Parts: sequence; structure tokens; C-alpha cells
Amino acid sequence: MTTDNVIDRDPVDSDVVAGKITAYLEAKAKAPVAHDEDLADSGLLTSMVAMEIVVFLESTFGIAVVGGDLKMRNFRTVDDMVALVARLRGDGENAGDA
Amino acid sequence: MSSRAEHVKCLVWDLDNTLWRGTLMEDPAVTLFADLVEVVKTLDARGILQSVASRNDADLALRRLEELGVAEYFVLPKVGWGPKSESIRELADELSFAHGAMAFIDDQPQERAEVEYSLPDVRCYPAEQASSLPDLAEFTPRTVTTDSRRRRQMYQAGFHRDAERAAYRGSDQNFLRSLGLVMTIGRATEVELGRVEELTMRTTQMNTTGVYYAEETLRRLIADPAHEVLTVTITDRFGPYGAVGVVVLDRYPDVWHVKLLATSCRVVSLGAGAAILSWLRNEAARSGVHLVADFRPTDRNRVMDVTYRFADFTDDDCSCLAALPAPDDGVNRLHQESVFQELATTMQVHAPDLRPVELTENLTAGR
Repeated sequence: MTTDNVIDRDPVDSDVVAGKITAYLEAKAKAPVAHDEDLADSGLLTSMVAMEIVVFLESTFGIAVVGGDLKMRNFRTVDDMVALVARLRGDGENAGDA
Repeated sequence: MSSRAEHVKCLVWDLDNTLWRGTLMEDPAVTLFADLVEVVKTLDARGILQSVASRNDADLALRRLEELGVAEYFVLPKVGWGPKSESIRELADELSFAHGAMAFIDDQPQERAEVEYSLPDVRCYPAEQASSLPDLAEFTPRTVTTDSRRRRQMYQAGFHRDAERAAYRGSDQNFLRSLGLVMTIGRATEVELGRVEELTMRTTQMNTTGVYYAEETLRRLIADPAHEVLTVTITDRFGPYGAVGVVVLDRYPDVWHVKLLATSCRVVSLGAGAAILSWLRNEAARSGVHLVADFRPTDRNRVMDVTYRFADFTDDDCSCLAALPAPDDGVNRLHQESVFQELATTMQVHAPDLRPVELTENLTAGR
């Protein structure tokens, strides 16, 4: 699988992860996005956008978001997504098997 | 080698001495061949789109079509001086139709030859055949639905919408809000069965189980009091999207079983699937039942998986699942307890009351 993004396998630096996610969302929203802004409340999280965000996180951070992890609570804010990425990358060697 | 569709989806008309008598550059007051107005209207009512490929001055030709009262029947007319095969190719791209679903009619043999040479899949007809086109099998679709009758308006609304979206400078979300979306959910009737069947067949990306429901099956489900077959239509300020979704529901006392949710790809970006599920969750909550949905993962319907899970469906086990027959191989059961939540503000939803009769009667009795 080829992606535009270089998969970053270094130890998790949450600022870097947050920065990449924020940049992605701001390009979508065409507006600034705060780290703790509730994206569902601001209406950004339609299922199409959610799907795109899932694919973005998977290709950028080398993770697979499946099953029970695919829930609104993990995607409501930038902080939630950073926590999800950290947890999935910390899971071990098979974290990037998507 | 030719790969022609069984039916023509778009017929492209030449103007001079084909649609109208005479040559516009010589006679600005050309008139339509009298019997062709009826042909144009007949094909339009069958859901066949029509356009124009003419060598003329664009402003003059389009104005004349307006004056003759037929301009509205032609989508994306191509008037200019380039080869007609290019016009037809461009049109097929804009409509996302295969060349084999396009047809072309022209009085000039060399124009037809040019199109036949460059686009061998396009059906070409001489002008003499114009009045008999509606009698041909390739211009006679098997079924004519409400959506086929308004197909042209749906396409035209789509062109305006796309143009406005491309020019819109705000967020996608604000654009959606600006559309004034109205979703209407209704119980399917006999009349709509053809379109419902078509939706279960064509919506591979957005079909939760990949099950195709034949018209006879749907007719039986409509007649069965335990089942609900619901159709979903959407309109916005540009016009109708037509029938865009179908839900098949089997109702048990404590749980409603969503056997199928399929939506058209055209409305995925509107959040249609999520809006349907939110409404269904609230109906289930008001009826005091859980929701269980069948989902068969494929390599194409992942967006539906995300839609379900973002709508609070989980893999968690629940005693209500025991009421349901065992799922087919490869089908996952997703579950939720149905807690009432306010609906999103991007779409107005009009829908029937799905609560069981006992409940609504108790309510009207003041309980």
C-alpha cells in the first residue's frame, strides 16, 4: 500500500500527532480547530468525514482502527484521536497490520 | 468490438434539419419538425436524458431552443465547431454514462460516420428515423418509475448543486446546512417496489448486507405486519435526489431487527445513512425496544461500518439477540440499546410513527 504520508514509527510524540491531525481537520473544516473542540457538536463528523479521518489516521500513523475502536467517543476531539493513536501504536509490533 | 448497453440513457440531437427544419445560420426563424416535440417529450417521460450536438453559434442556437419552448428538455447542450464525437465524449464523461448508453441522431451521413468511427459504441440514427425512435426496444425501458419521469430535473439539480459546491468557500458542513435538506421516510408501497429493488441491487458500496431483495420478496414483506419496508427520499433547494435509500426492518416485541440498510452513493456525503439511523434509534427508544443490525463486511462497504459504529452500534452481546434467528454466514450483528437523542441539525426528517399500535393508543388515551 502506498500513501502520501511517511509512516512515522518513532516513539509517540503526542504534539506531533496532534499537529498532523489538526492540520488535516483544519483543511477539511476550512477553519481553525481547537484540540478540545467537540467535532460532533460542531457538525464536522458526518460518516463520510469520519470514514476519511479513519483512513487518514491509519495511513499516517500505521494503525488499524477496527471494531469497537470505531466509535464516536474516540473521534470527538483532536485529543481523543491522539489518545486513540497512542493506544493503538503502543499495542505492540502488530499495530500497523492494516 | 462493441459493448452497447441494452437501453439508451442519453440521446444526442443534431439541430439543423434534424430537430428543426432548415439551417439556423440561413433562417433565424427555423421551426421544429412538428412530430418531434412529442418524441422528445415521450423519451423524457421514460427517463431518457436528451442533449444537443450542433455546429452553430451557441448563443443563437440555445436562444432558438428557448423560443421554441423545448430548451428545458436538453441537458448540457453542446453547440460549437468541434467534432461531434468530442461533444458526445464530453457529455458521457459529465453524465458518467458509458459510450454504449449514448445515442446520436443527425441528418448528415458524414457526421454519423465521424461519431461511429471515433466512438463505435454510440448508436447512430439518421434523421428520418427520428419519429420512430420511441418504438425501438433500446428506447423502451422495462419499468418507468417516478424517478425516471423526473430524472432530467434530478440531473439538472445535480449540475447546479455541484457548481455551487465547487464555488463554495466555507466548510463542507456549512455547505450542507445551506442546502436545506429534507429527508422523507415512508412505508414502501407497491408503486415504489421497482425502485426499491433497484436500490438493493445497485448500492454495493452502501448496502449493509449485500443481500439483494427481489420485487416478490419485497411485496411479501410489505404485506407482513411484522416487517417494515421503508423508502427514503431527499430533496434540497436545488431539487429532488429521488429515492435514495431503503430500510428493511423486522419487529419483535423487545427488539427491532434492521435486516437491510442501503443508500445511494449520491447521498453518502450528505450523511444520509447516519440520519436514517438516528431517526430509527429515536423511534426504537420511544417504543422501548433495542436495535440490532445485520452487517456483512465487504471491501467496499466500510463506510457503512463506520456509520453504524458512530451511531452507537457495538459488538456487545445482549439477551435481546436470542429472539432473532441465527445470522447468515459472514453476517455480524451490531447492537444498541436505543437511547433518545436530538437529531442533527443539517437535515429535516419527515417520517411515519413506527411505534406499535398499543403504545400510540395508550398515549392518546392520556397515559
